[in-house]
Order: sequence, then structure tokens, then C-alpha cells
Amino acid sequence: MAQPGVDRPRFRDERPTGTVDDVTTGEPLIVLDGVNKYFGPLHVLDDVSLSVGKGEVVVVIGPSGSGKSTLCRTINRLEPIDSGTITFDGTPLPAEGKALAKLRSEVGMVFQSFNLFAHKTILENVTLGPVKVRKEKPAAARERGLALLDRVGIANQAEKYPAQLSGGQQQRAAIARALAMQPKAMLFDEPTSALDPEMVGEVLDVMTSLARDGMTMVVVTHEMGFARHAANRVIFMADGKLVEDAPPTEFFANPRSERARDFLSKILTH
Amino acid sequence: MHVFADPTNLDAYLSGFLWILKLTGASAVIALVLGVLLAAFRVSPVPVLRGFGAAWVNIFRNTPLTLIIFFCYFGLFSTLGLTLSDDLNLNNFWLGVVGLSVYTAAFVCESVRSGINTVPAGQAEAARAIGLTFFQTLRIVVLPQAGRAVVAPLGSVLIALCKNATIVGTIGLIEASSVMKQLINDNGDAVIPIFLVFAGTFAAILVPTGYFFGWLANRLAVKR
Ligand SMILES: Nc1ncnc2c1ncn2[C@@H]1O[C@H](COP(=O)(O)OP(=O)(O)OP(=O)(O)O)[C@@H](O)[C@H]1O
Ligand SMILES: [Mg+2]
Repeated sequence: MAQPGVDRPRFRDERPTGTVDDVTTGEPLIVLDGVNKYFGPLHVLDDVSLSVGKGEVVVVIGPSGSGKSTLCRTINRLEPIDSGTITFDGTPLPAEGKALAKLRSEVGMVFQSFNLFAHKTILENVTLGPVKVRKEKPAAARERGLALLDRVGIANQAEKYPAQLSGGQQQRAAIARALAMQPKAMLFDEPTSALDPEMVGEVLDVMTSLARDGMTMVVVTHEMGFARHAANRVIFMADGKLVEDAPPTEFFANPRSERARDFLSKILTH
Repeated sequence: MHVFADPTNLDAYLSGFLWILKLTGASAVIALVLGVLLAAFRVSPVPVLRGFGAAWVNIFRNTPLTLIIFFCYFGLFSTLGLTLSDDLNLNNFWLGVVGLSVYTAAFVCESVRSGINTVPAGQAEAARAIGLTFFQTLRIVVLPQAGRAVVAPLGSVLIALCKNATIVGTIGLIEASSVMKQLINDNGDAVIPIFLVFAGTFAAILVPTGYFFGWLANRLAVKR
């Protein structure tokens, strides 16, 4: 095969200086071991093993249908798995019930389609979890909620309903809602894919600042710029298998598998 | 109208409709609570509860109401000795309420469930993802948004319940349709007017009910 990167000058031009490649951290927070998941006959996760350390940012990429969303959703058990184990902060994922609800409150999730509660204001969206799950006092939750909305740059939208906000603002509100639970880790499933191009940047900026602040993050995205600048590792999935797992510079400069090379060349031609 | 000029007949007419209203009111409350609970069962993650909800709906929705009311009287009361009141009329009334409630709950359940299905799945997922329990998710996030889609079919269920209440006449409660039958028997010369008065009274109760639910559905519209 041709030297990877040679026919992809744009990538080389974009190669960042001073990324966080080798800043890998302490104990593992999320550990998947031999995870298998089927949808009927479809083997969506095929013997997936993965460990994400505290403070680590892992970007998951791969072709459509490769199982990226499913992988993300198994981590807070929105999808149950068929075999293997998933451990979060040293504890295996509990089955349905109170313990699972508690675990989910410790793992923030951001969806492609935002999924803000349509009948609640932005501030109510952000305070609902702290008040109903964490039993915080409404006044305290409100104060912290406003601070979070300020942090993601939409404090002035607090009293509006989701439908009144732009996509970028809604997604930032959804990030604030997840952060309000003071999660130990955050999962992002294509957080910018439903956005108009001019709004992608504002959401990525929030995510980048989270990564800098040491949040543990698993991010499914096709934003290669984010992967290069903010990720410690890039994971490439195909057909439910975890095909590659490497630091971004290494992955983009020198993808080992044919599938990854093929995938990279495709997303680069657009 | 000479028939209703007779105070005895007028009393019978009024008490017949009073029974209908009481049957409807009591059964509506019980069926609503039961139906929402069954709908929650049917969308719950627990297979046993889902099975229970589905079985209830399939059994009671597909059995003629007359059979259910007969079973309440001849099965629960005559054979199994279930007595709900020492007063004969009240006993029949409550047996009727039991039958109407279990039957109507099946329809309430399906109305609520179809309303729940109009709420995008992402709403419940986001709720679960922040750690709300199943029942919190339903109560705080899903049901409030299902409101509009549920209210209109619930109105139809309530209207059907009110008309179905006449079936309790078959187990001896002198409700409106039994009174009508008696008046027709006694006044063969005024069959059509008697019929029109009873039908008109039902319409006078139910047409505004229908409009009220339509208005309520519009008020509950959720903007998204
Ligand atoms: N609830 C489901 N029932 C049945 N099949 C499903 C379900 N969810 C996903 N799948 C299938 O599982 C496979 C993996 O889906 P997944 O959503 O994880 O892929 P993905 O990598 O996120 O793709 P995309 O880039 O399109 O989002 C796909 O073939 C999809 O059709
Ligand atoms: Mg996906």
C-alpha cells in the first residue's frame, strides 16, 4: 500500500502541534471486556474490549452501521449486552432498577438529536436531574444550572423552550443538562451531525474546553479536527469490531488496517 | 307530554339518569387509574408486568360487556358470594361499577399507550440517561407530553362508558334504559316521544362532553 498520508495533504497540513497524545492517565474508569451484542441475527458488537482511563478522551469513528452508537449506549446500559462485562468506576453495570438509575446519573450522555425535554424550559431541563435524582434544593440547582448555561454560553436563553433555540444552542443546553449531574464521564453520540455547519464550531468549542478540564469523554464523531486536537486516542470500528485503537497522530498518519485507510480516504474527499 | 307530567314517571326518569351518571362517574375514576397503571405496565421494562397488561387488555377488550356484567352478578355475587353492599340496589350498582371499570380500563390503557407512542423515544431515553427511574420518566417527561394525544381518545372512551352504563340494567339496577322500557310498556301510545326524550337526554349529556374534550386537547397542545 501507498504511504499513508502521502495522498492526503490536507491531513498533514492540519496536523496539530502539541496535542495531548501521550497524556494518558490513572486508573481505568470505563472497561469493556469481551462485549457481544446482537440485534436479532445481526452481530452489532463483536467481542469488543476497551479501557478508558480517568480524564481520557476517546474518539470513536467508523462507517455507518459499524456499531458506534450501540457501543456508546451500552456504557450506560441504554442497550443491554448479550455477553461480556462492562465495568464503570470499578463496579459492573447493575441490572434495571435503582442502582442502574444511579449509575446513569454518573454518566452524562449527549445525543445527536439533542432530546431536550420539549415541555420544559432550558433551565428546567438543566435542573430536573439534580432536583429529581440528586434531591438537590431547587434554589441551589437553579443557581448551578444558570452557571452551567453561562459556561456553555446560553445563559440568556434560560427561560425559553427548546423549540425556540437554534440547533447549536439546543445541543449546548443538552451538554449543560448532562453536566448538571456532575458526571464522572460523558458520552457523545455524533453531537454535531444534526447541526448546520455554522453551528458545529460552537458545540465543539464547549466539548474541547470540557476535554481540557479533564473530563473523561467517549465521543462518536466525524469531526476529524476535534479528534486531532482533543482526543488522546482514536478508535476505529467496522462491522461491530474494534479494528484500531491508537493516538490520533499515529492513526491519521499511519492507519494500519485497509478498512481504516479506505474510510479515511472517503471522508476526506468530501 | 302527558307521560312525563305524571310525577311518578318523572321521578323514575330522573333517578334512571342519576344512576347512569353515578355509574359513569365511579367507573370513570376507577378505570382511569387502572388504565394508566396498565399502560405503564405495558411499556415497562419488566416482562411480567408487560404480559399482565397485555393479558388484561386482550381479555376484557374482547369480551362482550354484557358477559362481563353478567359474570359480576352471577359469578362474583351469586356464586362466589361477593357482596359489595347490604342494600340490594347499591350492591347491583357496585357490581356494575366493577364490570364497567375492568372493561373500560382496557380501552383507557390502549388510549394512553397510543398517546405515549406519539412522544419521540429520545425523550424517554434522555430522561433515563440522567438517572430518572422508569416511573419518574413516565410521570415527569412522557405522560405530560402525551397529554394532547391521550385526551381526545379518552373523551371517546368516556362517552362510550356512559352509554355502556345502560347494560347494568340487565342485572336489576333501574337505570335510564330500564325506566324507558317500563314507560314504553305502560304507555303504548307514546313510544316515539318516550324514546326521543331518553335519546335526547343522552345527547344533551354527551355532546357537550365531546366538545369539552376537544377543547381540552387543543389547550394541552405541546409545542415542539
Ligand atoms: N434497535 C435496533 N434494532 C435492530 N437493529 C439495530 C437497532 N439499533 C441499531 N441497529 C443496527 O445495528 C447496527 C449498528 O448500529 P449503530 O447505530 O450502532 O451504528 P453506527 O455505527 O452508530 O452508525 P451511524 O454512523 O449510522 O450512526 C446497524 O446495522 C443498525 O441498523
Ligand atoms: Mg450512530
